[in-house]
Amino acid sequence: MKKFIVVILFLSIGISLFSQSKNVPNVHIKNLNGEIVNAPDLFDGESLVILSFWATWCKPCIKELDAYNENIVDWAEETGVKLFAISVDNARSMSRVAPFVNGRGWENLDFYLDANEDFKRAMNVINVPHTLLLDGNGKILWQHTSYAEGDEYELYEAIKEQSAK
Amino acid sequence: MAIIFSSLNIAFSQNNDQGQLSGNFSVDAQVYKEDLDIGAEVPVEKMGLNSYANFLYTRGNFTAGIRYEGYMNAMLGFDSRYDGVGIPYRFITYRNDNLEITVGNFYEQFGSGLIFRSYEDKSLGIDNAIDGLRIKLNPYKGVYLKGFTGKQRSFFDFGPGIVRGMDGELFINEIFETLNNAKSQFILGGSFVSKYQKDEHVTLNLPENIGAFAGRFTFMRGGFNLSGEYAYKYADPHPDDPSGLYNYNTKFGDVILLNTTYSAKGLGVYLSVKRVDNMSFRSDINATLNDLQINYIPGITKTHTYSLASMYPYASQPNGEIGLQAEVIYNFSKGTALGGKYGTNVSVNFSRVNSLEVKPTANLDRFETEYFAIGDELYFQDFNIKVHKKINSKWKADVSYLNIIYNKDVIQGLAGYGTIYSNVGIVDVTYKLKPRHTLRMEVQALFTKQDHGDWSMGLLEYTIAPKWFINVSDQYNHGNSEKKNHYYNIAAGYKKGANRIQLGYGRQRAGIVCVGGICRNVPASSGFNISITSSF
Repeated sequence: MKKFIVVILFLSIGISLFSQSKNVPNVHIKNLNGEIVNAPDLFDGESLVILSFWATWCKPCIKELDAYNENIVDWAEETGVKLFAISVDNARSMSRVAPFVNGRGWENLDFYLDANEDFKRAMNVINVPHTLLLDGNGKILWQHTSYAEGDEYELYEAIKEQSAK
Repeated sequence: MAIIFSSLNIAFSQNNDQGQLSGNFSVDAQVYKEDLDIGAEVPVEKMGLNSYANFLYTRGNFTAGIRYEGYMNAMLGFDSRYDGVGIPYRFITYRNDNLEITVGNFYEQFGSGLIFRSYEDKSLGIDNAIDGLRIKLNPYKGVYLKGFTGKQRSFFDFGPGIVRGMDGELFINEIFETLNNAKSQFILGGSFVSKYQKDEHVTLNLPENIGAFAGRFTFMRGGFNLSGEYAYKYADPHPDDPSGLYNYNTKFGDVILLNTTYSAKGLGVYLSVKRVDNMSFRSDINATLNDLQINYIPGITKTHTYSLASMYPYASQPNGEIGLQAEVIYNFSKGTALGGKYGTNVSVNFSRVNSLEVKPTANLDRFETEYFAIGDELYFQDFNIKVHKKINSKWKADVSYLNIIYNKDVIQGLAGYGTIYSNVGIVDVTYKLKPRHTLRMEVQALFTKQDHGDWSMGLLEYTIAPKWFINVSDQYNHGNSEKKNHYYNIAAGYKKGANRIQLGYGRQRAGIVCVGGICRNVPASSGFNISITSSF
């Protein structure tokens, strides 16, 4: 039995040393050109990343993205943070996303589609809006569900705190 | 002992060397109160509770997950076959850059879902996850293949049939190097799905294998995008209303869906056309309601979320419908006459869905439909305008007008209610008292001479970001000639990070909850409710 334990211990140390992959699940999302993007590719190993899950039919999500669109240029300049807005619109409203974001004037945000909620499920998101702040390797540093006016200040504080580390 | 310790070690570590455990948790519960004015009854168990928790463990190329679900008992409006507790969802996935293998439960969608979509929607009580085997391959750049086989979940059990299918997607510009940087981009896709169910019909000799195939394309150039999908289902005779057209009919089914969009800075244009003919496709020939659907027919109308705007929501008619939706969204920029200091956002949306033109034939188990004709019966029409305006640093407003025509008999499968013509007006104003303190007010009115008559609604919501909120609302059915009921509600909640708890008390009107063109009926209810969600 003891030998067995030792073997198990060594084995797990061995695996630990060789699995240095990103924390982000390897799921496929699409950009607004319909191209497939691997979720870990949103992370460059350095920059902080904001993932904001939303949908065109969700009112608080729209308010939240209005606020992010207003602020993200300043936040990025200050801390290098990147923001990816992940739409969970399904086949019903998926093709409305591109005209919607353009019509809304959200020029400062990057959009992706998660039509059958694979990425949403992998990030354990229950309802939209849901915003996560992650490090460059996909480790979750902060998250928040729902949106109320002023929540963006908390996110900004979290970004500043994390980028100072 | 060592194994227990090492698994504890895994469970409590969040660092990626040891793998990562994450999950979420949700409980919704209501204690019912008798309220005969609105027709709310108390179930024998007095209380309903829907709950679930997901656990995901990721390490290297492996991911494993389980979901516990508990219905003690299912809340009113959910199917009572959600009964008791269990672990209806568990899987293991292995992924590397070009290959993914899943055994156990999974969700998947081919194209727009016209012949296959397995998905979950907790608010609708839908979960048709496949339990089986799935392989995804990326053998060459720009080429994506998927294949699966399995059984569909049906509450805490499986459907009797087997479903299998495959799908391919080709990104033409990635495959051919000369097209890598072309201005025009093309994507092509195709899929095939079939189901097997043993024929147990006493007298009829029914097909045991039924197939369906679909093809799709996307063309993009600059801000222009055109995409379409066509799906065909072989004859799938199944029981329906015994006197009806669809009862054991041997006609094929098909769908065509076309979307085109144009977008430029500050402008979005969207046009969608859909024709659905005999496309109910289930893994059990006898299934009804939302049970064991293999495919998904997306609704072609805009989803509304304001209470009175969603009083009459459209549900897709898989047996047959033809419709279109058009939308223009425009942002009047800052500094222009209509844009003012902060810009003004306007969206105009129109959708209309009609019946198909059906021609009965001499052959009783077969009918025909006119391909390019629109049937006489109007199922649904929605014209709506929404204006969003930031007035100054403190005030924001959204003003909406909707004109909705709703064929209650067809959409809800009833008789004798006819068509409802309604006008809805909504004003939603947000006032920022301090940077984190916000007051929001909604005033809504719905006018109709049919159904329950006129409604009005008011809502006040006070939020203190990021933690607290409270709202009170009342829907008043003042146009009802029988009973002018108030549907009052009060709710308050607390949020911290990805945790949220909400307590409420009030009345819920009988109605329909819809997501993505799929709906469920909710009976009237009254009482206390609590909702807790958490992601970790």
